[in-house]
Amino acid sequence: MIRFLLERLLQAALLLLVVAFLAFVMFRFAGDPVAQMVSIDTTMEDRTALREALGLNDPLPTQFAQFVMRALHGDFGLSYQLGRPVAALLADRLPASIELSLIAFGLALLVGIPMGVYAGLKPESWLSRAFLIFSLAGISLPTFFIGIMLILIFGVELGAFPTFGRGDTVDLGWWTTGLLTPSGWHSIILPACTLGLFQMTFIMRLVRAEILEVMRSDYIKFARARGISKTRIHYGHALKNTLVPVMTIAGLQLGSIIAFGIVTESVFQWPGIGLLFIQAISTVDIPVMSAYLLLVALIFVSINLLVDLLYFLVDPRLRMSSK
Amino acid sequence: MTPEQRPNLFLRAYDSDAGYKFRRSPLTVLAGLILVLMIGAAMLAPWIAPFDPFDKASIDLFNALIPPAWQSGGDPAFLLGTDDQGRDLFSTILYGTRTSVFVGAISVALAVCAGVTFGLIAGYFGGLVDAVIMRIVDIQMTFPAIMVALLIDGVTRSFMTRDQHSEMAIVVIIIAMALSIWPQVARTVRASTMVEKSREYVLAAQVIGRGSGAILARHILPNVMGPVLVIATINLGVAILGEATLSFLGLGIPAGEPSLGTLIRIGNDFIFSGERWMLIYPGLTLALLVLSVNLLGDWLRDVLDPKLR
Repeated sequence: MIRFLLERLLQAALLLLVVAFLAFVMFRFAGDPVAQMVSIDTTMEDRTALREALGLNDPLPTQFAQFVMRALHGDFGLSYQLGRPVAALLADRLPASIELSLIAFGLALLVGIPMGVYAGLKPESWLSRAFLIFSLAGISLPTFFIGIMLILIFGVELGAFPTFGRGDTVDLGWWTTGLLTPSGWHSIILPACTLGLFQMTFIMRLVRAEILEVMRSDYIKFARARGISKTRIHYGHALKNTLVPVMTIAGLQLGSIIAFGIVTESVFQWPGIGLLFIQAISTVDIPVMSAYLLLVALIFVSINLLVDLLYFLVDPRLRMSSK
Repeated sequence: MTPEQRPNLFLRAYDSDAGYKFRRSPLTVLAGLILVLMIGAAMLAPWIAPFDPFDKASIDLFNALIPPAWQSGGDPAFLLGTDDQGRDLFSTILYGTRTSVFVGAISVALAVCAGVTFGLIAGYFGGLVDAVIMRIVDIQMTFPAIMVALLIDGVTRSFMTRDQHSEMAIVVIIIAMALSIWPQVARTVRASTMVEKSREYVLAAQVIGRGSGAILARHILPNVMGPVLVIATINLGVAILGEATLSFLGLGIPAGEPSLGTLIRIGNDFIFSGERWMLIYPGLTLALLVLSVNLLGDWLRDVLDPKLR
């Protein structure tokens, strides 16, 4: 257990270091940092002095070490485009993204699991077939197109929901939330449906496949033979055993929520970190890009570690084999 | 993969099973037909499209924003209407589908080449090579494809000037999509190679002194291609969607060249002003294309590898 954990931690640290190196290379070699900071009438001497002062003449490993140290302290420099510290920009935008992701993920679980259970228990019914076709559409339709269609139908035609932004937000000091105002809830519905749809179909297919598999197993047959009621077999035995793989795989899918969050935020002009990243890419705002890169890598690595741990806690076979 | 290389008994079962499943599923037959029709039309775009969207001389700004032919104000010359620059929408969709299919097919082909090569090497030789390749695969698989593509686009943008980047846009997208798909292929090929390498026919080839390269290419490769075909088909859909998403975000193919993504991007600018056809028809084309690819992928998976479900 300890060895497994250490191995995973080492791997995670290594991955973060590789990403940090990529971010550093981008930061250091794309464009001249000095040229970004000086005006036309700065003399050559001043430039050289500045270069020396910034440590740009140090050997590269030293520079990389300094970059990592600064990153660990949350110092990513100033955004070229907005002229504000990158860390503060990210902190401003993070609540919007986290709220959107959680609501979308919750929606996907709340709708996806019941649909999957139904389709798994009654695979021949017409409703199950309808669910399957619906899920294929959910996988085939690109996120951005779903978003646009929702805007077109519910935003433009029916005028029922706002088509961009977060609505009114409440500032809690360290967190600005849109979930305390009616207009905030109104605004989050369309983006959350857009972002959650793919996850929902994914979870539905997963639960359906797992249930189908479990229902064929011996212990379900045995439970039937013992005369246990159908409801208890379905929900006490079958569903409970399918939730383990579902939770872990769904946890891994959080990563793709971040990725598709970029697209969703861009379609709905949702003021989160994904939108910030898209704007940074198109304006080549390198400090923002490299900071985002590191942040996302950190989130992914933590999720993976958590999922690994969860596996370990839930599946006794893994614990046995590692002893 | 020529059928002659398979054991004869297996070949017969395989062939009839596939044929049977194909005939039994009307949805698959429909998807196949639609796909053949769409790809055929896209490949023949220069001959069947009524207008050439790259030919500045044939574009007339007076024809801008004409609705589809069956709506009031439509012009029979422009079947699906025209866009804001007066380009015939039907023609741009044909050319756009061509770009999308081209980008998707090339990136999947590249990913399959890389994935098969590294997967074979990792599975056959094992040891340190295997560990290094699989670690890279593991790391890359934690990042979703679209994220990898976005990052590569961002990185290349920071090293190139704007003009250089627009010129290289298609290449960047292809490389980005290929890079994000190859780990899946490598992982599958490695797993099947590890099974195959202890089979008698490989041992026999080793005994008569064939080199590792020949064994991999001539003996093992044909036997591990089944699942690769499934993954390639499913990822063709992923690659087409990825290109469309990047182009829609304005980070992919430059707006001047039609791809389904850029067409939807342009259409999206007119969402509030009522010219819906510019958004809906490219979008439907994209959805139909990817849906057909996915349906065919599902069918292939059922036929070739029931375990992959």
